[in-house]
Amino acid sequence: MTDIDAGENLGGMSDTVQDFYDELFADPDDEPESLMDQLEDEWSIRRMVVTMVPLLAGLSILQMLSGSVLESFEDILLETPSLLILVPVQIGTAGNLGSIMCSRLSTQLHLGTFEFSPRNDNVQSNSLAIFGLGFTVFTLVGVAAWAIGRVLGGTLSLVEVMTISLVSGMLLCAFVVVLSLVSVYSSYRLGYNPDDTTIPVVTNIADITGVLILFGVVSIVL
Amino acid sequence: MSGRSSALTIYRQALPVILVSLVAGLFSGTVLGSETMRSGIEEVPGILVLLPAFLATRGGVYGSLGARISSGLHQGVIEPRFELDKRLSNAVIASFINGMIVSLFIAIVAFVVVSLLGRNGSLLELAGIMLIAGFLSAIVMLSVLVTVVFLGYRRGIDPDNLVGPIVTTLGDVFGVVFLLIAIYVVGLVV
Repeated sequence: MTDIDAGENLGGMSDTVQDFYDELFADPDDEPESLMDQLEDEWSIRRMVVTMVPLLAGLSILQMLSGSVLESFEDILLETPSLLILVPVQIGTAGNLGSIMCSRLSTQLHLGTFEFSPRNDNVQSNSLAIFGLGFTVFTLVGVAAWAIGRVLGGTLSLVEVMTISLVSGMLLCAFVVVLSLVSVYSSYRLGYNPDDTTIPVVTNIADITGVLILFGVVSIVL
Repeated sequence: MSGRSSALTIYRQALPVILVSLVAGLFSGTVLGSETMRSGIEEVPGILVLLPAFLATRGGVYGSLGARISSGLHQGVIEPRFELDKRLSNAVIASFINGMIVSLFIAIVAFVVVSLLGRNGSLLELAGIMLIAGFLSAIVMLSVLVTVVFLGYRRGIDPDNLVGPIVTTLGDVFGVVFLLIAIYVVGLVV
C-alpha cells in the first residue's frame, strides 16, 4: 500500500486512466478545493446532467405521440372545455394508479406472495382496488368536468361527459392492471428489480395511453 | 386473506392521495379550459403538441431530484439544513440545467411535429414559451421541493413518501399556470 499524505491529490487513485480523464475534464472551471467532488462522481453536476438528459429527451419524444393526438383534436377541444379539463386528470390518474399497482406488486414479489396468474389472491385484490379507485375518481371527474365546462361555456350534456369519463376511465384501469402485471413479471424475469424499472415505464406508458383511450372514446361518443 | 376485504384496505389507503391529485388535475384542467388558455392554444400552433411532454418531463426532472435528496438524507451525506452544501447545490443546479435543456428540446421536437402535421408553427415562439414556463417551474419546484422535504424530514416524515405526491400535485398545478403565463408574455413580445 502506498502511503497517502494529507492534502495529496486523491483523484489519481481512480481505477482507470479513462476515469481519471473523465473526472479531470468534468468541470474545467471548478476550483481546486472541489477535490472531494471529483471523487464523488455521483454528485457531480455533469454526471447528473449526462445521465438524465437523454432519458428525459427520449421520454419527451414518446410524449409527442399523445401531443399529436391532442393537436389533431384541437377544434373539438377548443369548443368543449369539459374535454380539456379531462386531459390532465386522465394523465395524472393513469400514472397514479399505475404506480400504486406496480409498487404493491413489486413489494409482494419481494415477499414471495406474487404469482403471475389471474387466480392469485394479491393480483385479484390489487386489481379490484384499482377498478374501485378508478370508478370513484372518474365518476367525480365526470360531474366536475361537466359542471366546470358549463361555466366555461361548453355545451356537452352531463350524460355525454359522464360516458366519456367513465368508459375511458375504466378502459384505462383495465389497461393499467394488465400493463403493471406484465411489467412487474417481465422485469423480474429479465433480472431487474421491479422497484426501479416498472414505475417510470408504467407511468409514462399509462400517461400516453390515457390520452389515446380518451380520444378513442371521444371520437366514438361524439 | 380474502381478496375482497384486502382490496377494500388498499382502496382506503390509496384514496386520499388519489383525491388530492384529482383536485390538482381538475385545477390545471380548469386553467387549460379557460378562455385565455383556449385563445392561446388557438393562436400558437404546437401548444397542445408539447403539453403532455411538458407535464411529464417535470415529473422526471424534479421526481429524480426528490429521490436523490431522499437517498442523500437517508445515507447521511446531506444534512437537512438550508445552507450552501456542495452536494445539495450540485443536485439543484443539475436539475435546473436538466429542466432548461429538456424544455428547449421539447420546443424543438414540438416544432418538428407541428410542421409534419402541416401547420405553421414558430420555433422562436415555442422555444420562448418553453424556456419561460420551464424557468418559472424550476424556481418554484426546486424551492418548494427542497423546503418541504427538509421540513418533513426534520419532523420524522420519510421523504420517500413525500416526493411523489408533491411533485405530481405541484407539477400539475404550476405547470399549466406557468404555461399560460409564458404564452401571455411571449404573445406580448412576438
